[in-house]
Amino acid sequence: MPPDTTSATMSVAVRPSGPPNDASGARLPGDLAIWFFILAELLAFAVFFLAYAFARAGNVEMFNESQLTLDLNSGALNTVLLITGSWFVVLAVQAVKRDATRLGARWLAAGMACGFAFLVVKVFEYSAKFDADISLSTNTFYMFYISLTFFHFMHVVLGMVILAILLVKTRQGAYGSREHNALESGAAYWHMVDLLWIVLFPLVYVMR
Amino acid sequence: MQYKSQAVAKPYFIAAIGLFIGQILFGLVLGLQYVLGDFLFPAIPFNVARMVHTNLLIVWLLFGFMGAAYYLIPEEAETELFSPKLALALFWIFLVAGALTIVGYLTVPYATLAQLTGNDLLATMGREFLEQPLPTKLGIVVVALAFLFNITMTVLKGRKTSIALVLLLGLWGLAVFFLFSFYNPANIVVDKFFWWWVVHLWVEGVWELILGAMLAFVLIKVTGVDREVIEKWLYVIVTLTLITGIIGTGHHYFWIGTPEYWQWWGSIFSALEPIPFFAMTVFAFNMVNRRRREHPNKAAVLWALGTGVMAFLGAGIWGFLHTLAPVNYYTHGTQITAAHGHMAFYGAYVMVNLTMISYAMPLLRGRAANSNKAQVFEMWSFWLMTVAMVFITLFLTAAGILQVWLQRVSDSPVPFMVGQDQVALFYWMREWAGVAFLIGLIVYVISFFVKGEEKAA
Repeated sequence: MPPDTTSATMSVAVRPSGPPNDASGARLPGDLAIWFFILAELLAFAVFFLAYAFARAGNVEMFNESQLTLDLNSGALNTVLLITGSWFVVLAVQAVKRDATRLGARWLAAGMACGFAFLVVKVFEYSAKFDADISLSTNTFYMFYISLTFFHFMHVVLGMVILAILLVKTRQGAYGSREHNALESGAAYWHMVDLLWIVLFPLVYVMR
Repeated sequence: MQYKSQAVAKPYFIAAIGLFIGQILFGLVLGLQYVLGDFLFPAIPFNVARMVHTNLLIVWLLFGFMGAAYYLIPEEAETELFSPKLALALFWIFLVAGALTIVGYLTVPYATLAQLTGNDLLATMGREFLEQPLPTKLGIVVVALAFLFNITMTVLKGRKTSIALVLLLGLWGLAVFFLFSFYNPANIVVDKFFWWWVVHLWVEGVWELILGAMLAFVLIKVTGVDREVIEKWLYVIVTLTLITGIIGTGHHYFWIGTPEYWQWWGSIFSALEPIPFFAMTVFAFNMVNRRRREHPNKAAVLWALGTGVMAFLGAGIWGFLHTLAPVNYYTHGTQITAAHGHMAFYGAYVMVNLTMISYAMPLLRGRAANSNKAQVFEMWSFWLMTVAMVFITLFLTAAGILQVWLQRVSDSPVPFMVGQDQVALFYWMREWAGVAFLIGLIVYVISFFVKGEEKAA
């Protein structure tokens, strides 16, 4: 990485956020630091996905057979929940940018509700699997299924903690058309949680 | 030096360097015992020399961290240390306890030492790096808690900067994870599982936070770059460290009796562990390139840059070499591990301590920087020690590759000791590189006594 480019981008990060400052709209929403964090998270999951592909190639039959036991309906429902939750958070950011903070707070709460519903569905799915005596050590497929979905589960939890903080601060009027850097950063993280699921669901539940 | 109480850092740094010398001398003894098995036997058997070499390393790094904290915290918090007297008392307690422990190792057979020190009350001894007798372990906890109390109170009454908070987080983590050294279950798998909570979560977890904070502090001082920029980097590095390092513990869980999924978890997360170290390298160079002032202490800048590079090479690259389970299947517990251990400890923790000492010692001695002549000596010592360490690492890596081949890959694998005889040439070369390292260390010590024209603080 040439030092000068990095230094230039790092100084962008410390500038207070404001309205888009150029016509092309190339402004990075949120704080640069959150993007480093998001890229690191995506990288960790990407390596995990690659490892999955690698392991599956060595034992396609077993993977396919175990995959059939997964609950596609709950997975599909969760996909809808997360995408909807992401959309609500987009509406929240747009509302706050128009200084409609009360509306924004409501959309954030709606986003959190979707996240919560996701977690509930997931807990039911897990308990069914654990009742069937499926664990990390059952076979390599279930190892990946449980690890990937559990790591993702923890990211949903973290995303909800972030949304909760943003909700409180939005209600306090901390964000508006002039200052919404933290809100955009948190929203970006929430979209990442969504994005990860959009890759994870087809990969682990659907693709044979 | 902006605050009087920062002066308590000085004895810590001096003790650290003293113990460092001891560590290297025992390293040379140990290196020779690899090729001349009965060298100094029975006075100093191999297991004792090894224990002294590694324990001295840990203890002197801890002295360095504590000295660094006593120097850094008042300046960051913009207030005098909560209690300089406590800091000084702890210094003597820790030094005497440490010295007594080493004397115990050297004069009494280890089993007798265990009997004498109440290991039957609570068996904690006999495990690599955690060999300390029970009273020493308890002493470490008391000293650590009193130390943490002192610096935490200082931060609480003063300015709270990101650097101070990250440093506190690292140091508290250091103390908390050490508590697992008191847990010694009978099942050796469970024992090893939690043993790594001390060892791994120190060096690949909380110590990295301490390292990041110390590096960030020195870089602010020597480059004059805005605190906001440096602190943002620090947060990125801390986050990357924790994302990769915590579950990365799994790379120690291969083939020791833990469930198989650790092979995947450990491989995947630890494969990413070089990233925070790479970020540190980019960070150090980036900040120095963007410097807003020419600090007279060139040696400190050199150490800071060196830390970035060598930590990435030693911890990042040499760690990655054998971190993936299919590779580690062959390399587990071979000289490859020793190679990685040497360069990682030197590149990350030795060098960051020397960076801090290099920056702070002249100020503690009442000048902005040492004379040009003294700095030339110090920079020579930097290159001698660093290049020597590169060669130690390369020779051990060569020994390790050969060992893996002879013992584990070839069609007719040989027993351990037969393999050791065959790699002796590399052990000899490692020993000579070790001598070069000692020369570098001697030059380093001399640099403190070189006079010349000095700039006032």
